Amino acid sequence: MSDVAVDCSGVWKFYGDFPALRDISLKVPPGRCLALIGRNGAGKTTLLRILAGFSKATRGRVSIFGNQPRETDARRRIGFLGHGISIYDELSALENLTLFARMYGLAEPKKAALEWLELTGLTRVRDGLVREFSRGMRQRLAVARAFLHNPSVLLLDEPFTALDDRAIGVLQALLQAALREGRTIVMSTHQLREALELATDVALVERGGVAYQGPRTPEMLADPGWLYARYGES
Amino acid sequence: MREKIIYILAAAAAVLLVRNLYVILLGLPDEAQQGPIYRIMFFHIPSAITCFIGFFAAGISSAIYLATKNPRYDAIDVASTEVSLAFATVVLATGSIWARIIWGIWWTWDARLTSMLVCWLLYASYLMLRRAIDEPTQRAKFSAVLSIFAFSDVIIVWKSIEWWRTQHPGPVLSIRTGGGRMDPAMEAAIYWNLLALILFGLVLVLVRLRQEETRREIDGMRQMAHAI
Amino acid sequence: MQQTKQRGAMSWVGNVAVIFGKDLRAELRTKEALHASLSFALVILLLFSFAFDPSAEQTHDIAGGLLWIVYAFAGTLILNRSFVRELPNDCLDGLIAAPIPAWTLFLGKSLANFVLVLAVELISLPIFGIFYNVRWAQQGWALLLVLALTTWGLTVVGTMFSALTVNLRIRELMLPILIYPIMIPALLGAMEVTGPLIAGKPLEGDLLTWVRLLVGFDIIFTSLSVALVSTKQKG
Repeated sequence: MSDVAVDCSGVWKFYGDFPALRDISLKVPPGRCLALIGRNGAGKTTLLRILAGFSKATRGRVSIFGNQPRETDARRRIGFLGHGISIYDELSALENLTLFARMYGLAEPKKAALEWLELTGLTRVRDGLVREFSRGMRQRLAVARAFLHNPSVLLLDEPFTALDDRAIGVLQALLQAALREGRTIVMSTHQLREALELATDVALVERGGVAYQGPRTPEMLADPGWLYARYGES
Repeated sequence: MREKIIYILAAAAAVLLVRNLYVILLGLPDEAQQGPIYRIMFFHIPSAITCFIGFFAAGISSAIYLATKNPRYDAIDVASTEVSLAFATVVLATGSIWARIIWGIWWTWDARLTSMLVCWLLYASYLMLRRAIDEPTQRAKFSAVLSIFAFSDVIIVWKSIEWWRTQHPGPVLSIRTGGGRMDPAMEAAIYWNLLALILFGLVLVLVRLRQEETRREIDGMRQMAHAI
Repeated sequence: MQQTKQRGAMSWVGNVAVIFGKDLRAELRTKEALHASLSFALVILLLFSFAFDPSAEQTHDIAGGLLWIVYAFAGTLILNRSFVRELPNDCLDGLIAAPIPAWTLFLGKSLANFVLVLAVELISLPIFGIFYNVRWAQQGWALLLVLALTTWGLTVVGTMFSALTVNLRIRELMLPILIYPIMIPALLGAMEVTGPLIAGKPLEGDLLTWVRLLVGFDIIFTSLSVALVSTKQKG
């Protein structure tokens, strides 16, 4: 087992002729939180989906704790939250979480589901159909789904989108707790403030390539636009 | 080197075909009950055999592709299937023409003709699926699966439609002389033409393979160009 | 913090059951596919009776063919939905990411589809009986057997191709084009047996050969599907 949590080297991704990712190399040690910063279309989502195993890199290697993302061991340890929430509209919140708990082989699925409904403040609506939820509630349920099976690696694509202030606070608390427990986070974001507060490392993704990567510095925290100004293209 | 092989095979096929045409059209006598139209069988039957050899090769190639993920086997898969589908079309066309002359109708639900039509549909759907998927790896994977499904079905189709025909007897396409056996000279002609058509088919497959390889090379170079 | 269960044969059955339950529950909540499929079946039955206005004897001749044309078309509506229902909210991502073997996902969905399509078929039978004035239940159990065997073949092939075509723009067109040629032997067998069964003939002799064909078809294509789904997953 490798001691690097998330490792990609020489990753290229082509859609037809278009290079969505160019020669990306990133190493994230366990317990760190990497914030992927970049404009729309820079390639953050593509990269996250490759790390999670939904897509295959055209060239290059990806590994999660030494395993390929599609292997069962890796899948067990990854929690993914993408643009689509991966929650069934026709089922209730509790039914959704119980379903995923069972699929991830938890010993007491219903108990875990109820626990996470509590943690994300959805206990009151546990039997309501997701179809009727507000955007913020759905996102909170999706967060519960991603954390439910205690993944070692969390891959989150713009998780703060569509959250109200209270929900943002809930998510930040969950992520901080996760970091304290030694989990690894790779998170793409537009909300620079919230992400930079949590991040230990930062990577600027620009037009498919990594323009800058390194630890998060006080300057970045003080002025989120600093990275773009310093390393971004005009 | 590959080019040379293609030329040699093409030359051999051409020579054989000319020789066979001479034998078929001028050498053999008319058949006792059918008249001159029976000569079409010398293309109808070998085309059918060639086409099934091709489908079999495509099925094997698909299985190898799924095991190794080597795109060369995907290329063999599509090349074999396309050429075989062309031969299948020849089988259906020649069968139709034969039926029109002998029975006055363009189509007959003869067991073998019907089974051939179903196989034609199977592999036509394969080509449609390929056209519908843009991404090369996914296209290769999914069409390999379909190719294996299709070939597994071929045998079942033939058996079931044959059985159906014994339940509801109908017209039969065949070459018979007098008592119901095939004249040895005619049988020989069928095998000679089978050889010619197999060679011809092989040439077509090799040409198609080169085209696929070239296309992949170009795609690779385009990607590199865009990357810079 | 919860421990994960021990892996083993029981967990595979569990996975299949989880997916089966989810699909059935989701469909029974909305009943969209069921309603569409049933309406379609009824309309075709109606149209055929207008088109051909068969006498009692003619009906016996065409019963097998008519029923299976109806079932094949109506069934495809449900099969198409099978993976399409996973598209909203990117639910398919959630299923792919879960550490369950692909074949358990496939089998779970196939079983759910089987139940739904069989339900449509069983509901259509009495309606067929009424519209065409046919007593169809004389060989009820044998008929049920043939229905089940053929429907399982249809379901396995259909679920497989539904998975292959889910991401295509023209999936509604591609699915029938892919399914029907492959299904021809099974549908042929089903038609040849169903007619006589509805007319009251017992299941023996030649009819049994067709049933053997159906069983063989099911075995071959179920094993093929499960094997191919597993290899597809690994890359």
